[in-house]
Amino acid sequence: MIPIVAFLLIILMLIAAIAASIFKDLINAVIAAALVSLIAAILFYLLQAPDVAMAEAAIGAALVTAVFVVAIRRTKRFEE
Amino acid sequence: MRKIIGLLLLGIVAWGIAVSLTRIPFGAPKTKVGRYYVDKGVPETGATNIVTSVVLNYRGFDTLGEVTVLFIATIGLGAVLTTGRRKKSERKIEPASLILYTGCRFLFPLILLFGTYIFIHGHLTPGGGFQGGAIIASAFVLIYLGCRGRRISELGSKLAESLGGLIFVIVGLVGLAVGGYFLINFLPKGIPNSLFSAGIIPIIYIAIGFKVGSELSSIIDKLVEETE
Repeated sequence: MIPIVAFLLIILMLIAAIAASIFKDLINAVIAAALVSLIAAILFYLLQAPDVAMAEAAIGAALVTAVFVVAIRRTKRFEE
Repeated sequence: MRKIIGLLLLGIVAWGIAVSLTRIPFGAPKTKVGRYYVDKGVPETGATNIVTSVVLNYRGFDTLGEVTVLFIATIGLGAVLTTGRRKKSERKIEPASLILYTGCRFLFPLILLFGTYIFIHGHLTPGGGFQGGAIIASAFVLIYLGCRGRRISELGSKLAESLGGLIFVIVGLVGLAVGGYFLINFLPKGIPNSLFSAGIIPIIYIAIGFKVGSELSSIIDKLVEETE
């Protein structure tokens, strides 16, 4: 069961990572990058590393996203 | 041309990662020190979370360095962003929508409580000062989203940050005076699996929780202030 879930999550993570690199709207790209962090946190949990999962979820999915959004508000929202 | 070079470099990196990953025997015991921590960790430190006993007891000095790195990063960000002038923004702050405002007011205390729980129980359950501090900082991100115009008090965050660092160093120095080396676990270990156990580990993790939480939320605060 867990290998199938992990496999699906890894596929989703790859899709999110590719999406983050090709989106022109940077807010969407940041959300996709946050999704990568969130799935990484779930995978850490499945690999029995809950300490790392917690740090990854709080820092990767919440704080880094907030910092990026603030930075995008300061600069430009769309990539040329 | 640039795309071809980029793809080529990406291929080389991917090949390197794939080759090194196939060489690692996952799951096989490689070092004796890991076995030692698993066998002797609980009786020697009193902390049932072995990650915590490694981070704060066997490798406590490294953690002090880690906390210092975060501290220096915050100072650097503050030096770059706040350039003396603290002029009030003349733009009127738009209030957040009702759903966001209500949700943030409802969730903020719960997230704060959860972060505190994580770092107080750092020696019993997964998590600890760094994770709890990051969760607390994400609660403050929610405040900046939902309750616009509210600020964390600068004095309070500085006080929490300095006190956290100070308690860490003082506990270490007391250990040096009492037991002979820095950060020795000089308090009684107690019964493993109870809240008051593991000697100095909960004290240091509570200090780290306050320190990391106030540092990360002051980073967010400085960035938001710079934007408005």
